[in-house]
Amino acid sequence: MWKFFHRLASPPHFYRLAAIFAPWLMLPGLVLIAYGTIAGLFVAPEDYQQGDAFRIIYVHVPAAYLSMMAYMIMAVSGGIGLIWRIKLAHAVGAAAAPLGAAFTLLALLTGSIWGRPMWGTWWEWGDPRLTSELILLFLYFGYMALRSAIDDTLKADKACAVIALVGVVNVVIVHYSVEWWSSLHQGQTLLRKGGPAMDSAMLYPLLAMILGFTLVFGALLLRRVRTEVLYRERRTRWVRKMILAPQGGR
Amino acid sequence: MEAFTMGNYGAYVWTCFALTFAVLVYLDWSARARHRRVYRDIEVRIKALEERE
Repeated sequence: MWKFFHRLASPPHFYRLAAIFAPWLMLPGLVLIAYGTIAGLFVAPEDYQQGDAFRIIYVHVPAAYLSMMAYMIMAVSGGIGLIWRIKLAHAVGAAAAPLGAAFTLLALLTGSIWGRPMWGTWWEWGDPRLTSELILLFLYFGYMALRSAIDDTLKADKACAVIALVGVVNVVIVHYSVEWWSSLHQGQTLLRKGGPAMDSAMLYPLLAMILGFTLVFGALLLRRVRTEVLYRERRTRWVRKMILAPQGGR
Repeated sequence: MEAFTMGNYGAYVWTCFALTFAVLVYLDWSARARHRRVYRDIEVRIKALEERE
């Protein structure tokens, strides 16, 4: 088991594996997103309270879920990098940050657009879910700014890992904010006691979208980590050998 | 037609889906573009070093 992880964490091995696995995540991910989009927009019945506006859930929930998952990936990889000093772990954190920021921004924008017809406002500063999600976006920006501000990669990796670990508190707050405080935002729809609060005709497209987005996120993350590994290893013998090989290593 | 107007919520719903797909396309394009750029830079540097040697 440890031997497998040790081998996987080797940069040349990971570089080759990521190129093989990325399309195998991307393709089924896109198929699921296509199904979820068509079923969510045209097949699922309208909500009895929100009408057709509820269909925004099919892009908002996957984006919001990925905004938190990307941060957890950053934090866990930061922890692994700090404790076991695995170089690949820091590369994963660096690659996950822009993806996490993009999905957080998307969750905020789609949430705001959804809030306008439902709550009568684009934004509510007093709302704990909205505010903690905005803080999550600032944490991503802070992480990326810190990384680009420090020239020494080793120092940047350590500082960013600490920021990522400290910021996990905010992810917990984002997740539980609707239970801990009164919020304009609706409560948990899927992860609640007694099962999801949705009809199966609405639920299946949502599950397809969540899984599809996760697979596409996985493919994008693999591609970005691959590039990060290539950049960090640019002065090593294996990169030199790969580039000079007749078939290259794109 | 009703599928597109979405009971007067069409502007909100379609904007959200359009934004989402634009972000997904951008993320895919930017990942590929950065990889190409990094690979090309390293390739140029290594080939220049090879020629010098």
